[in-house]
Amino acid sequence: MVVQEPLRVVRCGGSKLSGARAAFSADAKYLLCASGDYVKVYSTVTEECVHVLQGHSNLVTGIQLNPQNHMQLYSCSLDGTIKLWDFTDGILIKTFVVGYKLYAFYMLADSEGSVFVIIPRKNEDASDSFQLASVKLPKTPDQEVEAKDLSLILDDIGQSPKCTAFGREGEYVASVRGLHLLVYFFKKKKINRFPLSATSRKGANNYFTCVACHPKEDCIASGHKDGKIRLWRNFNHKREYTFSTLHWHHDQVMDLAFSVEGNSLLSGGVESVLVQWRDGSDCKKEFLPRLGSTIEHISASLDGSFYCTSHSENKITIIHSNLRVSAVIQGLVKGSDVKTGLVVDPRTKALVLNGKPGHVQFYCLKTDKQLYNLDIVQQEYIHQVGLNQVELVKAAFSTRGSWLATVEQREEKETELELQMKLWNYDEQTQSFTLNTRINMPHEGHVTALCFRDTDELEDRTPTLVTAGKDGRFKVWVLENDSDAEKPSMGWSCDFVGSYHNYPANTCCFSEDGSLLAVSFERTVTVWDSDTWDLKCTFCHPPGKIRNLCFGRLSCSKYLLGTTDNGFLCCWNLLSCALEWSAQLNIMVLQPDPLSENIAAFSRLVDSSDLFIFKPNEPRPFCIQRNLCRERVQWAVFIPRDVPESVGSEKHQWLSRSQLYVLTETQDLLTFSTKSAEERLTPSSKQLAVEESLLVTPFYLLLGKHRHQQKSKENATLGTAVFQSHVTQDSPAIKELLHTPAHVLPSASFLCSIFINSMLISKENKSAEEVVDEVEMDSEKAEDESDEDVELNEVEQDINTTAFLGEITPKLSKSQEKELRKIRRMDYSWIAAL
Amino acid sequence: MASYKPVVVQSFPKLGEKITQDTLYWKNYKTPVQIKEFGAVNKIDFSPVPPYNYAVTASSRIHIYGRYSQEPIKTFSRFKDAAYCATYRDDGKLLVAGSEEGVVRLFDITGRAALRQFDGHTKAVHVVDFLSDKYRVVSGADDYTSKVWDIPSATAVVSYSEHTDYVRCGCISKLNADLFVTGSYDHTVKVFDARREKSVMTVEHGQPVESVLLFPSGGLLVSAGGRYVKVWDILRGGQLLVSLKNHHKTVTCLCLSSSGQRLLSGSLDRHVKIYSTTSYKVVHSFNYAASILSLALAPEDETIVVGMTNGVLNVRHRKHEESKERLPKKKRPAYRTFVKGRNYMPKQEDFFVSKPVRSHLKKYDKLLKSFQVSKALDTVLQARNKTPEITVAVMQELNRRGTLKNALAGRDETQLSVLMSFLIRYVVEPRFAPMLIKVAEMIIDIYLPVVGQSAVIDKQFLKLQEIIEKEIDYQTELLEVLGMMDALFATMTMKKATSLEKNKTNGILRVLEQDMSN
Repeated sequence: MVVQEPLRVVRCGGSKLSGARAAFSADAKYLLCASGDYVKVYSTVTEECVHVLQGHSNLVTGIQLNPQNHMQLYSCSLDGTIKLWDFTDGILIKTFVVGYKLYAFYMLADSEGSVFVIIPRKNEDASDSFQLASVKLPKTPDQEVEAKDLSLILDDIGQSPKCTAFGREGEYVASVRGLHLLVYFFKKKKINRFPLSATSRKGANNYFTCVACHPKEDCIASGHKDGKIRLWRNFNHKREYTFSTLHWHHDQVMDLAFSVEGNSLLSGGVESVLVQWRDGSDCKKEFLPRLGSTIEHISASLDGSFYCTSHSENKITIIHSNLRVSAVIQGLVKGSDVKTGLVVDPRTKALVLNGKPGHVQFYCLKTDKQLYNLDIVQQEYIHQVGLNQVELVKAAFSTRGSWLATVEQREEKETELELQMKLWNYDEQTQSFTLNTRINMPHEGHVTALCFRDTDELEDRTPTLVTAGKDGRFKVWVLENDSDAEKPSMGWSCDFVGSYHNYPANTCCFSEDGSLLAVSFERTVTVWDSDTWDLKCTFCHPPGKIRNLCFGRLSCSKYLLGTTDNGFLCCWNLLSCALEWSAQLNIMVLQPDPLSENIAAFSRLVDSSDLFIFKPNEPRPFCIQRNLCRERVQWAVFIPRDVPESVGSEKHQWLSRSQLYVLTETQDLLTFSTKSAEERLTPSSKQLAVEESLLVTPFYLLLGKHRHQQKSKENATLGTAVFQSHVTQDSPAIKELLHTPAHVLPSASFLCSIFINSMLISKENKSAEEVVDEVEMDSEKAEDESDEDVELNEVEQDINTTAFLGEITPKLSKSQEKELRKIRRMDYSWIAAL
Repeated sequence: MASYKPVVVQSFPKLGEKITQDTLYWKNYKTPVQIKEFGAVNKIDFSPVPPYNYAVTASSRIHIYGRYSQEPIKTFSRFKDAAYCATYRDDGKLLVAGSEEGVVRLFDITGRAALRQFDGHTKAVHVVDFLSDKYRVVSGADDYTSKVWDIPSATAVVSYSEHTDYVRCGCISKLNADLFVTGSYDHTVKVFDARREKSVMTVEHGQPVESVLLFPSGGLLVSAGGRYVKVWDILRGGQLLVSLKNHHKTVTCLCLSSSGQRLLSGSLDRHVKIYSTTSYKVVHSFNYAASILSLALAPEDETIVVGMTNGVLNVRHRKHEESKERLPKKKRPAYRTFVKGRNYMPKQEDFFVSKPVRSHLKKYDKLLKSFQVSKALDTVLQARNKTPEITVAVMQELNRRGTLKNALAGRDETQLSVLMSFLIRYVVEPRFAPMLIKVAEMIIDIYLPVVGQSAVIDKQFLKLQEIIEKEIDYQTELLEVLGMMDALFATMTMKKATSLEKNKTNGILRVLEQDMSN
């Protein structure tokens, strides 16, 4: 009955938001930003994602509003196309195929029909020199247009879109590369080249990093590697040009932007401080410090009320023109190496991992949104290159999520290691974690593993934490009551220190019931009784450094699994203290499912990773997924589902209760799904909700309520008439027909069958679903409609319609019904032929 | 955006005892007053009536001290040899004392000469006391006897000679006028009834008894001797209730707090320990300069007086709240100004304007915020070194920022000497050592070229060197001790294991024997 669906690897967690300069809509209500292959439309007030514009097949590198029509947006991508969108409705209007990799996109207000793009010189990947070319966009009514009419403007320029800027009314274009500033005047067709010396006596580094042009005057601002900003004037003369210098940044200037009127210049860099220079003078400057991380892009809204900065930590900050932060759009922080691994917060089921430097982020996978950041290090972050920062290296939650243990370290030299372990208690009142105990130097060496003992709710055992260190010890920490007369307090203190021949301890883990602790020391696995801390037994069968260790669960709790770095997966029986089975696999990650006996193992071959799902009592895996990804799998985690999902095939039954998430070396978050891509699409008909949740103005309070009441009254009185309109409005097909701009609709014949189908009476739910399917398949552009929503509407409508019909026409005879059904089943595709 | 995060100053857990109600109570005494006596102080007794004068017996004199007087307000010195155990009567008008020559003398507090003289003991009388009917005196002597004397007739009513060694301590029952207890060096404590010819009860303490004490209820008896303090239940026929071994030298004196909830014991090991009489756990302990011979508490625990072998009397008075109030009060704005508008609840139609909360930053934080590293370091060094943890925290912060060297460099003589004196003071403290050693290394690196230009700085460098050398020696010594202890522990565990094995073999042998016999 059920078709064997293939297991799909799905990327999740969103992609980088700071890939290109973001753009504001004309009314500054929406913020448009490139995010991987998509363009995302955010509301500037609610920070919600309103639309996702999908269509590019490669990284989107530039976006710009259409200067002729502010409701339209141009985007260019590495797939060689320029696309024109209607971003308010989220519809693709036109595609221009250029055929070159496009690295940047510029469009000017007065040069209609032609745009400027940056393309590689010989259309090769390897070449590092790029050209600025203008492309003529042909005016044909077709959906997809070839735009091959390229003309070279500037050669040998920088690849980054920040390195090229267009001047006042498009009279000139300025581009920087290395130590040269090029200015090309369109009217005179003349290039002026201004070189700078590489270094000066004062140790300046004059390399250009970015450029911006004044919108009203002949003035070019350029940013440099040493943090200087130069304002160039009089550059239409080759010799008599002048420049003034602004210097505040201590490191590279990442981006520059002029405000709309040009009276202030914004600059940002590694320091993560937004600097506003007024009137181009050195003394009149304002700062907005501590924006979080390196500012990569700055852009200003057309009406001058907002600025926005894109940050390297996957964040966009929307800033009022008076330098007050008004909104923050934050994606999954994928900054640095994820050292904590993937941890699940048992309370919120959120994914917990390294976030901003010194923070852990709580990331909700369901809504694909960051819930919050917890500041672990609690120190001022100094943005400076080459500084040894305190890193968060380990995190673990207790079973109920009431305790969080974190380890942070700072390593200056080989010998100087600063370690700190912190224990956080969840405060029910403030709904957040509060610091309970801070332990300096819990171990002499690096902490390699950290785990809490699982405690049942009923059992009143003291919370216990075990840390394993490179100093050859594992330490047991317990919560103790050390309150005195002045203040009652609970704190953690060391209860037991264990070691085994002074070998460094690699990993540790507790059995499911918390009675046994397994600690691996180099090549030996030791098992300890967690009540008396006696060494029970040791395993060291296949020689090799132990990499991972985990106990079996539920019915397989008598098994202990371990992997070694010389390519063995071993399963020991704890009752007989003997090796049960072993397999030769180069396992990188071993992850047990907390809700079942299943264990996921990720192996690494030459350049691909494979996934094996197995139960410890059987050496044969019941699910194998080859070529999961090309990179090495770094971390994996099972996240329990709230509602068990029905999975068709027996083979993928392991996915039903919890979902497996994988983090690869390149910081990609992957998951597994048996559903097809369309089914997985989250309902994004949020737009209405967003619009409704906009500010309730006093005006609305005065009038809106009144109207609402009136409406409901009308509804009550008019009854059936209103109902009619309701039906027509509710049908998705009709809605689509009415709401889509006419010029982008497919031909009428194409829509006919859907339209008629939607108008017909359906008797059973099944037929309704069929209709849904057809709608789904036929209207590819209706991606906004989720299947669920449609289904709901449809069913509702069914009930309503039948009731309505029951009122008007007393009864349809059986023959009539049959007739109707026949008509419905008939193929209307013949209409297309007409 | 996120505000500036101030420097985290690490707090270190306080080592040693925890703060309990008891520690608060018993620490609430002023600094002790020391009074030098002529010889070892063998007895201190508080007058039971106000103004609670106390009699101190030392050498051949009895001094009466007023509550706050440093000088004796009265002296009884009619003793040829040492006087012992001057004790007040319940009404505070009479005083009785034993002596080395075996005579018991009775004094009127106001008079000088003895009112009565009880002759009959052949050797030194170390313990005397009034029975609670006020008309009889009980005494114990080194001639192994204890006698009850009638005051009006100055004759011995009854004499007991059951002890087989010196009688050195005793006490009377407050409830029964005929009951008293004596402790002797023959390791026993005997309870006598003056109406009977023989002792009523004998308990075996196990060590020469130095002090005995009856609880106000009369049901419990406390004896001290050797290193032990033992509590006996008299009502259950002298059953041992608890044996306390908290001193490491002979316990010489016992005392109850005025509430009867705490028991104090003084010992030759220079400690006074305070026990709870419910749990019999040590709740607090005092440390003194010399071995303690006698101990007394004033009513309401107002004063603790301790007499020592070196003849020093240590007097501690309780602190009172009034002394705090004596401080000049600063003129402050009224309470109203602070709470003004705080508890105003906004109404529904009110438009709420939020004001950003201004966080107050410490001076060094302000300077660090604006990256003025040298100045920040100067500020924390000038804070008179009362808070070395803050200074070290700032140094750590500078080190984390990579600007510690910049902050340390470029100092003139006075600035550098402040820094050096801080280092000299704290470099060996384990909490700060890792950071301060780093700082010291940096300073040596930076200022090596200018060594020899300033005498002050050179001296300080030498001192630092000396301190560090000392510390290194100390650490090596400690390591040696640790090694010795490890060896000891290792042998101990070995022995245990063998003894277990022996037991096992014994058991097996026994089983074998049984089998054989069967």
